[in-house]
Amino acid sequence: MNWTWFYRMGSPLWFYQSTSRWLPLLSLVTLVLLVAGLAWGLGFAPEDAKQGNSFRIIYLHVPASFLALAGYFLMATAGAIGLIWKMKLSYIVMKCAAPIGAALTFLALFTGAVWGKPTWGSYWVWDARITSMLILLFLYFGVLALQYAFHNQEAGNKASAVLALVGTVNIPIIYKSVDWWFTLHQPSTIKLTSAPSMHPDMFQPLLVMILAFYFFYALALILAVRVEILKRESKTTWVRELVEQASRQKIGAK
Amino acid sequence: MHPIRKQRLQIVLLIILAAACASGLVIYMLGQNTNYFYTPSQIQSGEAPQGVFVRAGGMVVDGSIERNLDSLDVAFKVTDGGATVLVKYSGILPDLFAEGEAAVAAGRIGNDGVLLATEVLAKHDEKYTPPEVADAMNAAYKAKQEAQVGPQ
Repeated sequence: MNWTWFYRMGSPLWFYQSTSRWLPLLSLVTLVLLVAGLAWGLGFAPEDAKQGNSFRIIYLHVPASFLALAGYFLMATAGAIGLIWKMKLSYIVMKCAAPIGAALTFLALFTGAVWGKPTWGSYWVWDARITSMLILLFLYFGVLALQYAFHNQEAGNKASAVLALVGTVNIPIIYKSVDWWFTLHQPSTIKLTSAPSMHPDMFQPLLVMILAFYFFYALALILAVRVEILKRESKTTWVRELVEQASRQKIGAK
Repeated sequence: MHPIRKQRLQIVLLIILAAACASGLVIYMLGQNTNYFYTPSQIQSGEAPQGVFVRAGGMVVDGSIERNLDSLDVAFKVTDGGATVLVKYSGILPDLFAEGEAAVAAGRIGNDGVLLATEVLAKHDEKYTPPEVADAMNAAYKAKQEAQVGPQ
């Protein structure tokens, strides 16, 4: 098998240049989907027969939880690729995915608490779903902390990648916790094997929001990775040329 | 794949396998403690410890809620289809608490088998329906029940 395409993808320069082309379009699609999904879900979708308007927080809670889990897989996969192929770019992706994932996990926990008070009667309970989600937040923090715990970047990368890999076990546990154990948290509305247990008028905006969050995640990650690339490659000629070009343009504009 | 990379891939897979085994063992040893509540059947069969803080979860039995008109005292029964547990509570119930809906009551079970709850939480399901659709479904359900009762 020819692996050259794979190695080319690992080049920070290649990543920087190819994402430059797609960034405007990606930002536009993200913005349109987020605004449309939020307006549709919060403003136009019907309220729930039992929960009334408080159910609408699902339009933030579910997409944030989805991406918190999916983002962890991405981070761990990037860590594994870094460990096996020693690619610079994959470690950068791993590092940048950690704070974004932590923020999404926090958002999922926070919106869950806000939703829990009016429906369950409590902001927080220690059931299997919520506790395993809190562990996910700490795993993200751990990966982030290990990045800064070593003077040597390479050692930090390896330690972070191993922790990220160990933590992947938590992802199926979070996902299946509501089926394996008695929890206060309700089971999943969206299932792979059957139709969603939600009226289509409510489900369609949720799908838009999930898609919007995937785009938002991609955008946030790409922007973070680009900054990290410039930081780490600041001594290379291509970054210097880029900076010179940018400063010339700035002077020209004045 | 280069042999060194293959070896590193094996190490990565080994890390994941070891982590899965370790967490599997931890969860196995935690056993019942990973469950947020006991079902009424478990409480009846003596699986739930007596005299210590436990939670009981199940469906609130239709017509079982008895409110004291002068205070916040309330009594109701929860069931899992097999057994029922009588719960006594004094406090404000969550908005979604209702007969025929799931609830979790936390407190101590006395010798008489009554759960003296210090906290009652409502548990809602994963189904979401607009009010009009829910009303139509309820009306259709009632009509069907009446039609079934009719011929007898």
